[in-house]
Amino acid sequence: MESFTTLTGIAIPFGRAHVDTDVIMSARWLKHVSRTGLGPGAFEALRQDPDNIFDSARNRGAPILIAGPNFGCGSSREHACWALADLGIRCVIAPDFADIFAGNAVKNGILLVALPADDVARLMRIAETMPVTVDLYAQTVTAGDVSVGFTVDAFRRRCLLEGLDEIDLTLAEKARIDRFESDRTTHRAWALRMPTVPHAKQRDAQSNRTDEAC
Amino acid sequence: MGEVTPHPRTLYDKLWDEHVVHSREDGVDLLWIDRHLVHEVSSPQAFEGLRQAGRTLRRPDLTLAVADHNVPTTDRHLPIADAESALQVGLLESNAREFGVRHLGMTDADQGIVHVIGPELGFTLPGLTLVCGDSHTATHGALGALAFGIGTSEIEHVLATQTLLLRRSRTLRVELVGSLPAGVSAKDIALALIGRIGAGGGTGHVIEYVGEAVEALSIEARMTLCNMAIEAGARSGLIAPDEKTFAYVKGRPGAPTGAAWDAALDFWRSLPSDAGATYDRSVSIDASTLAPMVTWGTSPEQVIAIDGKVPDPAAWHDPDQIAAARNALAYMGLEAGRPITGLAIQNVFIGSCTNSRIEDLRAAAEVIRGRTVSPSVRQALVVPGSGAVRRQAEAEGLDRLFIDAGFSWREPGCSMCLGMNPDRVPPGERCASTSNRNFVGRQGPGARTHLVSPAMAAAAALTGVLTDVREMMA
Repeated sequence: MESFTTLTGIAIPFGRAHVDTDVIMSARWLKHVSRTGLGPGAFEALRQDPDNIFDSARNRGAPILIAGPNFGCGSSREHACWALADLGIRCVIAPDFADIFAGNAVKNGILLVALPADDVARLMRIAETMPVTVDLYAQTVTAGDVSVGFTVDAFRRRCLLEGLDEIDLTLAEKARIDRFESDRTTHRAWALRMPTVPHAKQRDAQSNRTDEAC
Repeated sequence: MGEVTPHPRTLYDKLWDEHVVHSREDGVDLLWIDRHLVHEVSSPQAFEGLRQAGRTLRRPDLTLAVADHNVPTTDRHLPIADAESALQVGLLESNAREFGVRHLGMTDADQGIVHVIGPELGFTLPGLTLVCGDSHTATHGALGALAFGIGTSEIEHVLATQTLLLRRSRTLRVELVGSLPAGVSAKDIALALIGRIGAGGGTGHVIEYVGEAVEALSIEARMTLCNMAIEAGARSGLIAPDEKTFAYVKGRPGAPTGAAWDAALDFWRSLPSDAGATYDRSVSIDASTLAPMVTWGTSPEQVIAIDGKVPDPAAWHDPDQIAAARNALAYMGLEAGRPITGLAIQNVFIGSCTNSRIEDLRAAAEVIRGRTVSPSVRQALVVPGSGAVRRQAEAEGLDRLFIDAGFSWREPGCSMCLGMNPDRVPPGERCASTSNRNFVGRQGPGARTHLVSPAMAAAAALTGVLTDVREMMA
């Protein structure tokens, strides 16, 4: 994964609240089977408008997006993060983020900065005319003469700073997982034993059970 | 309720503690995952990642693959016409074969929506952790399983390690006192709750639903309630397993039997939250005051009772909400202040992982019985959530009832919920839909969605306008 340390660039003052992942990446783009090339579909419905905020001469390719509360709500589609990354976005600043989206973002090297709504509003105004600097070491966002601190989950911060792959981290814990699995197989045998499920038609022949609701 | 213990724990705490492989010093836990459902949309890049890294599946036997999002709901014997959909569905099958995962193909008798077939097959059991690359995985919490949606990178992580790196969520206790009036369902509870706490109200939390109105719900109705936890921002919804849960699970193909059943039952009975367990937040709703709900905007929180009026954006104080309401009214083609009843709809969709189980179809059928779909309705679909639901409905004659009334009776799949298969709402048209999201363009570009319960969708189909189903039940 690409690491994230510091970043300076144009921040798109988008500002919209409750931006769901359907808006970031609509259904037809979910038929793609690779992680790349989704940028053209990002915010597709909004970008039908020739004067949209994403494609202005100033904002096109900008690395920072400023949005309203509950950014990334709805569907778990990681395509939303791939699309943002492909659009060039490496950092989103907003009052808060949806949980699944937040987990997806970090795995794609995208830093999410949660700030109080007042600070987001101030940055929105300044970002109209000034570049914004995000420093993950110092955990600050700076624009013009405004500088605000932010906190980020310690584990996610380390993954971003070092560009760590979570699967590599977990595979290094194989001995612990083996031990847990072995214990669970002993103490909760039923939980890890998947019966061989006969085909529905064979089942119907074997029993008269119906799916009566309880 | 259990006895008071020295360190009372919630249901969520018990499920979490049971599955911790290792607690890191930074507060992140490595959590064991018992079950993994895989569908065709969110998994291709995960399998490709494994292939590129030369990794294999740790527990293919705990994984189940089924195609649901892209599958057409008609002419299932024919190849899928859309080339991209066909590719995704085909890739799921070939990936499952290559990595040794059980796969339910489009013509398999058990095929259906992931969140319908999981409980149905006993793949979902109380006390387990279950994940799927789909946000509505919260559904399975209705059985007392810790279930949540994950992204594709996390799918790859689970396939490779059968674990996830996660931080414990905060807990939100939602109590439903009183009993539901006639004509009001679990869907209405879900929508009313989202209206109350907001679409981001549960962010960072896991919801546990408690109270007499929850205990009174059937298992399928509990699935509807938990299904929409994510629409309030909560990654999981949970309901403590009880005797209804055990009766539902017993005898299902994946359920334990014999001595294993007894051992499982002992464990499941220990799961309900202890007396004195504390939650980070609590909300209480009197179920007896609820009415059938309908969304008017483009977020599930933009919802009113069917006897209400479309709100005026100026009524909010928060500038974000005012802007969101204005945008929503413009997209939905609605004026503030008009009653929501009487609004003409051209499409009706009864289906989705929220409302496509046999009880949902029975509730719709009860309203329809002997009546016909309004001629002003262009499309009225009934899409059972699985092959088993479809067979059961046909055994009860519900298919004939729907067809005779003018509905189209379909094969199982996600259908008109999300615009990935041929079932769409045309631009500018309205749909009374039993699905879970009224987002901009969700049911097709320009589509206008009004989320309702199955009974309310049936009522709208008969009258051609949004209608208070309680008046049709008199």
